[in-house]
Amino acid sequence: MRHLMSPLDFSVEELDRLFDLANDIEHNMSKYAHACDGRKLATCFYEPSTRTRLSFEAAMLNLGGSVIGFSDAGSSSAAKGESVSDTIRVISCFADICAMRHPKEGAPMVAASRSTIPVINAGDGGHQHPTQTLTDLLTIRSLNGSIDNFTIGLCGDLKFGRTVHSLINALVRYPNIRFIFISPEELKVPDYITDMLKEQNIPYEEVIRLEEIMPRLDFLYMTRVQKERFFNEEDYVRLKDFYILNKEKMKLAKQNMLILHPLPRVNEISVEVDDDPRAAYFKQVQYGVYVRMALILTLLEITV
Amino acid sequence: MLNVGKIEEGFVLDHIAAGKSLSIYHHLQLDKLDCTVAIIKNARSNKMGKKDILKVECDINTLNLDVLAFIDHNITVNVIKDGEIVDKKELVLPKEIKGVIKCRNPRCITSIEQELPHIFVLADEEKEIYRCKYCEEKCRERF
Repeated sequence: MRHLMSPLDFSVEELDRLFDLANDIEHNMSKYAHACDGRKLATCFYEPSTRTRLSFEAAMLNLGGSVIGFSDAGSSSAAKGESVSDTIRVISCFADICAMRHPKEGAPMVAASRSTIPVINAGDGGHQHPTQTLTDLLTIRSLNGSIDNFTIGLCGDLKFGRTVHSLINALVRYPNIRFIFISPEELKVPDYITDMLKEQNIPYEEVIRLEEIMPRLDFLYMTRVQKERFFNEEDYVRLKDFYILNKEKMKLAKQNMLILHPLPRVNEISVEVDDDPRAAYFKQVQYGVYVRMALILTLLEITV
Repeated sequence: MLNVGKIEEGFVLDHIAAGKSLSIYHHLQLDKLDCTVAIIKNARSNKMGKKDILKVECDINTLNLDVLAFIDHNITVNVIKDGEIVDKKELVLPKEIKGVIKCRNPRCITSIEQELPHIFVLADEEKEIYRCKYCEEKCRERF
């Protein structure tokens, strides 16, 4: 029995098989409509995350399975002081697979160690959010044809953004990928990441302004710059517009550059960009459902 | 000069940094063993100026000394049998350390679930970096 705790739990070859399956699901949805008949997914969400939870639930429903669960700790027995270990042992008796989100880092791993059903980490604090990374990789592979030979710009809060860190760690396993990190000085990518890139001779650049590197990008991965991350209001006001993607900035981009975003978006991508054919962030959400369907089938060892 | 007699079987942990012997005594959980232990503090040392020494009289197969490598590489471990030094044990960094260091990350699951063992895993042997098994926070504890 396997679990998914980190995107690196799967080898590149295993990910290829997962993405092949996700693409087959994309093009032949009806073929998979009863793949999980009679199976149950438990969504154990100790903190609210409508988007991820609904994506998991949609994935299971698309496969013909059903869903049980809770969407915040207050409505679960955690409010009575039950441990994650006990909860998962109970859930194991009710469901066939579990997706768990928890504000404490490592909670899904504790669950996996006690569980008799596969556990998927649906986000644990600032630690891991592997299905977001799988979504990002599938989107890149599906829209680009492969995961290699491109320049990706990662823009916004690169210091605290776990989706960015996970994506970089996952992409370094693929050939000829160049990274450009676009962020204010205060929110630069952590040293352990740039050290790892240096060690592996993977090219990267760090810049402050988006405009200057826009023409070189094949992918632009946008994230939100949150006001509370800044030391003072003045810096925030000075810098925030650098990280807002609008029509003007898009004029500088290649005709086939693609924009990704883990969502929710606040104001870092102007709504006027949504109609640009290069905006891929809503397609990304759809790929999130396909990859979760593929993951559920893979972990339940169901072949169609 | 204080004299502590020879031991027949056990370990002599030499070159412990002065003042650290009691912490090692606890980390090796010697308080839980029913054996003779001599803790020598601030012994004169040509190499270190001052040092601590621990003498433990026990079956040499009962004590797991792996954690010593994590605490201090420079400790010399003499294995004693029949009153003689039969081996000088080389310290190897353990792959996993259980119940010795506590994870300090307030966001770690161990911060709310008290019964969970604190486990650190060797993430980088060269740089001697241990990370919490659950949250992957780097161990910052120094002995």
